[in-house]
Parts: sequence; C-alpha cells; structure tokens
Amino acid sequence: MSRIDRRFAALKAAGRTGLIPFVTAGDPSPQHMVALMHALVDAGADLIELGVPFSDPMADGPVIQHASERAIAKGVGLADVLGWVAAFRRRDADTPIVLMGYLNPVEIHGYARFAQEAVQAGVDGLLLVDCPLEESAVLQPLRDAGLQQILLAAPTTEPSRMAQLCGSAEGFLYYVSFAGITGAAHLSTGDIAARVADIRTRAKAPVAVGFGIRDAASAQAIAGFADAVVIGSALVDRLAGATDAEEIVRRTQAFLAPIRAALDAH
Amino acid sequence: MSKIVDYNAYPDAHGRFGNYGGSYVAETLMAPLAELTEAYLRLRDDPAFIAELDRDLKHYVGRPSPIYHAERLSQHVGGARILLKREDLNHTGAHKINNTVGQALVARNMGKTRIIAETGAGQHGVASATVAARLGLKCVVYMGAVDIERQKINVYRMKLLGAEVVPVTSGSKTLKDALNEAMRDWVTNVADTFYIIGTVAGPHPYPMMVRDFNAIVGREARAQMLEQYGRLPDVLTACVGGGSNAIGLFHAFLNDEGVRIVGAEAAGEGIATGHHAASLAAGRPGVLHGNRTYVLCDDNGQITETHSVSAGLDYPGVGPEHAFLKDTGRADYVGVTDDEALEAFHLLARTEGILAALESSHAVAQAIKLARGMPKDGIVLCNLSGRGDKDVHTIAAREGVEV
Repeated sequence: MSRIDRRFAALKAAGRTGLIPFVTAGDPSPQHMVALMHALVDAGADLIELGVPFSDPMADGPVIQHASERAIAKGVGLADVLGWVAAFRRRDADTPIVLMGYLNPVEIHGYARFAQEAVQAGVDGLLLVDCPLEESAVLQPLRDAGLQQILLAAPTTEPSRMAQLCGSAEGFLYYVSFAGITGAAHLSTGDIAARVADIRTRAKAPVAVGFGIRDAASAQAIAGFADAVVIGSALVDRLAGATDAEEIVRRTQAFLAPIRAALDAH
Repeated sequence: MSKIVDYNAYPDAHGRFGNYGGSYVAETLMAPLAELTEAYLRLRDDPAFIAELDRDLKHYVGRPSPIYHAERLSQHVGGARILLKREDLNHTGAHKINNTVGQALVARNMGKTRIIAETGAGQHGVASATVAARLGLKCVVYMGAVDIERQKINVYRMKLLGAEVVPVTSGSKTLKDALNEAMRDWVTNVADTFYIIGTVAGPHPYPMMVRDFNAIVGREARAQMLEQYGRLPDVLTACVGGGSNAIGLFHAFLNDEGVRIVGAEAAGEGIATGHHAASLAAGRPGVLHGNRTYVLCDDNGQITETHSVSAGLDYPGVGPEHAFLKDTGRADYVGVTDDEALEAFHLLARTEGILAALESSHAVAQAIKLARGMPKDGIVLCNLSGRGDKDVHTIAAREGVEV
C-alpha cells in the first residue's frame, strides 16, 4: 500500500475529510521551503501538493503563475524541489507528497532519471497538468518506479471518458470543480455535489475536489461529499511576500487552521 | 526513421506526426478539442463547406495569389531564378487570412458566438478581427505587451475592426505568453468561445487544421509552376516561426522527392549569441502549448525568452509537423539573422518595389543564399508570406530614422 493509499484509508477510518494544501515550490522563499512544508502538516495538512515551477503554466491563474515566475527568477529547478522533499522526509515519513506541474521540466530532466530521483527523495505521486491519459505512455518509467499518477477529471469530461478515468485513477482522482483556471472565483456546490457523488461510486480511488476553494466556508461546503479538498491559489496568495520562517509559519497557521476546523466540524 | 512514403498520411488519429504533435492539455480541454476535431473532420469533407470556403478565398481574400519572377533581384544575386509566392497580396496583407477564414466558418458551423485569438506580429490578430467582423462575431485578441509596443499599427487596425485587444504582461510579454492567456480564456469560456490559433502549433487538431487551411498556398503554387514553367521548382523556402506559412507552401510538395525544402528560422543576433528564436536549428524536443515539438528551453525545462527583429518569428516552439520533417530529413531548417533579413528587405524593396514583412524577409534572405549557389536555369520558390507596411516603424527606429 502506498503512502497516499494509507493516508486516505486512515482518513476514511476516522471519518475525516482530507486537507490538501498546494504551494509553489520555492515561493515565497526557497530557503524556508522545508519549514513551510512542516508548517502545512502542523496546521492540518493530510497530503502536500508541491507545485513545480514552470515558465508557461497554461492551466493556472495569475496567482500561481506569478508564484512560479518568482520561484524561477530565484533559480528554482526540479533538483531543488526534490532536495526539499528529501529534507522534509527526514522528519516526516508519513505525509504523502504529490508534485504538480507540467510535462516539459520532467521530460527535459529525463523520465527514468526523474523517476529514480523522485522515489529516492520520497515523492509519492505526480500530477502533470498537461499530460492527459492519452499521452501518459511516456510516464511508464515513473509508474515502474512506484510513483502514482494523479489524474484530473473536469466538468467537461464526457461520460465515457469519465468511466475510463475512474478506472485508471490511482492515489486519488482530482476533480476540477469548474471549467477554468486555478484560483477563479465562482463555485456552484450543488452541481459539484452531484458530479462528485457519481464519480465516487465509480472511481477506484478517493476523490479530491479543487479549483475555487478559498476559505473555511467554501471548504466546508465541499467537505460533505468529497474525500479531500485541495486549496491552492488562496494559500499561495496569502503566503506571497513573506520573507522569514516565522512569518511563513504564522501565515500558514492562520490560513489553514480555520479550514481544518471547518472540515473536522463537518 | 524509415523512409516516409506518403506525407499526406500525417498526422495519425491522435494528431501525431511521428514522435511530435499530440494533445498535451489539461483535462478540461480534452472534450472541447474532441468536439472541434469531430466538427472539423466532418466539415472538411462537406461539399457545402468546401464551396463556401472556396468562394470566400476567391472573392474575399483575393485568391489565387500570383507567383512572380523577381527578375531584377535574381539578376542582382546572379544565380538561379527567384520566384515569389505573393501571399502579401491577400486581403489583410498576409497568408494568415487563409486560416482565419476557414476557422471562422468552422466556428459559425459549431454555433460559437465569440472568437479569441493570440497574436505576435499582429497579422493573425488582424486576420481574426477581420473575419469576426465579417461574420458578426465578438472578437478578443491576446497580445504580449512588448509586441503591442512594436506593432502599434496592427493593434489599431484590430481596434478599428471592432476587436478588443488584451495586453499580456506575464512572462516575456510576447507571443508565447499571449498563447498561454488565450488558452486560459478558452478553458474558462469554452461553451460559447472558439479559439482561432494562428499557427500550426497547439494541441490536435490545430496543427492539422491550420495546415489544411494554409495548404492552398502550396497547391496553387504547384499548379502555377507546372502551368507557367512546365516544371516544379528546385527548392522551396519560407520563414518559420510557428511555421504556418511554411507548411502551407511545403505541404503540397512533400511527396515530390526532387524538390528540396528549406525553412528559414530567426537566428536573431546569431545562434551563438543565444539571442534568437531558432527552435529547430538550436532547440530540443520537449512539450509546449499542447504539443510535443522542438522547443527552446534551459536544463530545468523552463522555456527561454527568444529574440527576433520580427515579432511573428519570436516564438520558442514550432509546429510539430516541422519537427517531424526535420527528423525525417525531408526539410532542412537554417537560421537567418536580423541583419540578413533587413538586408534582404532593402534589396527586395529597391530591386522589385516590394516591401516585405520582416518575417518574410527572412525567407527572401534564404532564397538569395540558395539562388547564389545554383545555375541560372534553376528555380527557387520563396513564400512572400506578408507585406511590410506594419514593420515600417520598427525598421525606421532600428536605423535611427524618425518617421
């Protein structure tokens, strides 16, 4: 059983909704990245999504795009990201880590080389936004090494394709709550509830819902019908500009604690 | 790779040209792309659609465009005859209209009411705004802030045509960033919006569809060559940014083994300086903007900023079919510097009375290089993809002239 599977099994047994914060690796501060990851866990994260900065993040909104630009300007690359995961693992052997990003950095790094280094660092899964199921043959070395490929499903996904995604899902299935970019505002929970309920009955893996969740209220609205919620842009926005470790930890706590409480109160 | 027998067999059903192409997009776009592919494949064989497209190309765009023997230029060079395929004479002044007329008809057939487009030099933006105005569709054009500055005339042309031009200030503020932004718009507004991609890049079916709409250039040129010269040219050349005018000219000749094909990429200040946009000549295979192709990126996989005097060639990727033609050896891709393009611009202006677009001036420069080493009875066919009026200010500024 993988670290991700164990974590979702534990959540289910405890009757809790998982909290998955997303942060862009290297933002707001490359020096304090490992401290930030531990702070996420201390504030209630069940799994961490770590964004690998990319110069052309087509599916992301301005908040995450700018975080990527800031990280790239500081020279952050895949090797740094893997280094932070390895450092995090020295103190935390249980919290699963999923790298989220785009294909080109992995392709240029080399799939086989990346697979080996990522497993060694303690990465558990990979969500490559621009690598749909149809193109994921190139990821075979990653699967062979034991990395789970996290798939996306969207409101636009056709029923036959949804069945295919549900059948192929491993780790968890990431349901994009609306057609749009990360960080956009509108969210209609009624529609999402019906879609997610349907997907949960069919998917081989738990379902996490993301895009548009920004605070305790929107998280709680989702908590009733999803296995986990993903919070990205709102958190990245809150962390932006923090320079020292204390400030980063303080903002992380202040932002995530009410969301954690709301999920647990459900 | 084994020898290709029929280049018309590409792309395959997944949009792949050998190892290149495909659909590297977020899940949200998979359904809209499938819907577009289905609609396009249906319309492509629909006699009513074909008839309407042909009518528009003839009466609105002004096709066929002539092939013109640039005699004085050829004499000056002192080698083979240089023939120009005059895409600059099309309505709106470039080959871009061939594609936008076609995609706009697809959009209307699909019931879409809003057109979005990205543009670099502004030619594709103008061509999109033009067809949107004609069909009464709303039009939003994304354009990098840097490009807006260097292509002011085209920006104003788009506004005159009723389009909204949205400046893009992220990343390098050029074409690639405009493409990212247009893609984001499409993801968000996919229900009523049709995204007219201006080059043979992006996810399937765009590289195929944009190629098909531009392939009229090569089909005409091939027939004109046989009719007027009784033979095919010895060599074809065209400029390659994303590569739509080049694939447009090349495609009808790909199975003509005896015709050599050379693409001219923007070598900027020289490939060795790193300030260029020569993805095929100096890049490596990667994934950008929805397709696998040659890209310019660093060892971290970050797409690098490009440089070219011509905004339309200032792009760090290239259409996947060109990547495929490079790997199969069917076409060669070489760099032409800013200075060489400008020299060709002036030479063509003074010997033939034609102001070529800076993009097309790269092709003219390459045609001159090729002709120089060939016998006098040889023929170089060069795609003059656009006219240079839009570049007058750039050229003046570069040469220290106040207009």
